[in-house]
Amino acid sequence: MIWQIELVVLLIVIICGIGAITVKDLLGAAILFGAYSFMMCLLWAIMGAVDVAFTEASVGAGVSTVLFVATVFRTSRRTKD
Amino acid sequence: MKTLGIIVVLLFGSLLIYCTLDFPPWGDPQAPASMHVSPRYIERTMQETSVPNIVTAVLADYRGYDTMFETVVIFTAGVACFFLLRIFGRIESESRMYRHIPTGITLRISKDAEPPRESREFERIDLAWVPYDVVVKTSCRIIVPFCQLFALYVIAHGHHSPGGGFQGGVILGASVILFAISNNMRLSFTRISEKMAVLLCGLGVLIYAVTGALGTLLGSNYLDYGALSRLFGVDPVTARSLGILFVEIGVGITVMAVIITLYYNLASAGRHDEGL
Amino acid sequence: MTELLPIVIAKLNYWAYIALMMIGLYAMIAKKNLVKKIIGMSILQTAVILFFISIGAKKDATIPIIVHGHEGGSHAARAAEYINPLPHVLMLTAIVVAVATLGVALALVIKIYQQYQTLEEDEILTRLQDE
Repeated sequence: MIWQIELVVLLIVIICGIGAITVKDLLGAAILFGAYSFMMCLLWAIMGAVDVAFTEASVGAGVSTVLFVATVFRTSRRTKD
Repeated sequence: MKTLGIIVVLLFGSLLIYCTLDFPPWGDPQAPASMHVSPRYIERTMQETSVPNIVTAVLADYRGYDTMFETVVIFTAGVACFFLLRIFGRIESESRMYRHIPTGITLRISKDAEPPRESREFERIDLAWVPYDVVVKTSCRIIVPFCQLFALYVIAHGHHSPGGGFQGGVILGASVILFAISNNMRLSFTRISEKMAVLLCGLGVLIYAVTGALGTLLGSNYLDYGALSRLFGVDPVTARSLGILFVEIGVGITVMAVIITLYYNLASAGRHDEGL
Repeated sequence: MTELLPIVIAKLNYWAYIALMMIGLYAMIAKKNLVKKIIGMSILQTAVILFFISIGAKKDATIPIIVHGHEGGSHAARAAEYINPLPHVLMLTAIVVAVATLGVALALVIKIYQQYQTLEEDEILTRLQDE
């Protein structure tokens, strides 16, 4: 395990998390959440949890982004905060 | 509300940070979490189940009850989404859109007017006008079979490499979603209909439960796959490996069907006529 | 200061996970948009999962797939050589259950939107009072 890479990825994860809850566009929030999930998957792969990383790559970065986009498509993109 | 939220969050965070002071250092091999039951799993898995991937063995064999009821939770979530959103009966929309394929002209036909006759020249398209995109359709059509083949590999090879029923099921579901997005939802209903998806949700849980019940019928405990050795004529260790495979197939079917059901219901808001 | 530095280095990872949990909890409490609340819930969920996975990490250990050769049988696996697989198993199922519950939450959001034509919590409350 290389702690430098882990630290950088952890930083990107936190930035993506803050971005996903502050951006004023729900479609953008959904995409940022997908990026957050993918970075989280990298973090788990670095820690040696390959099965969990695989699941997160297919579930978090793939399917839940699609579900969020589908919901935004059926409701509204506008948000006040 | 904002200040109250910040105060609550800061209290929560400081409490947790105070608790971490008692934690073992990060990555310590002597940490309490690694000392009780996990050494037994690591040392005995190979002799007892002949499955090199410890995660798969623990998931489907040692902690089979846990996984079984997780599968039931997923099944319940799929059914709950179906009951929340599904609108039965046909709701006629204001108008329909058709495309004349040779020329690429799109027609909007209002509710009462007569639609063009069913022919190969007209295809119905979604109201949110989708451009005629040969590249996207063709490339997705090429990718989808490989996706599904990879998903089957992930399910079947979960004993030896990262993977298993959950991951393979999600990839299978994602391939159907890709098909539904790149073409349209009505076409994907001809491949996997709504009824088929809901039936498959239950079928996967049934496969899991029946595999467990076979152990009881053959005179052993529920979910003890060692008893399957008499059914297949192999030694108990190989029988455990086979039992894990059956259970993973059941999990894969349920997860795939639930993902598809969720997508169908969310993307069409329960009307099942037009998707993303 | 010299005694404090090793503690900071050893606990830095845990503190980063706690920061993620705080981000998720803040979004659940303070944001008024329902989809934002659900995103916050997912962030809190993944932060807890990350915390569990990090409990099982071991230094100088490899991934939990036992090395086995075809000839001469497998040598006995020693527990110190492999990362603790138990948190991985528990969290793997948790992730898939998380996406299923996410689907139900989004279905509820769509239902609420069909009823009130808005996703903002305060606007929903005023419409409830008007009725």
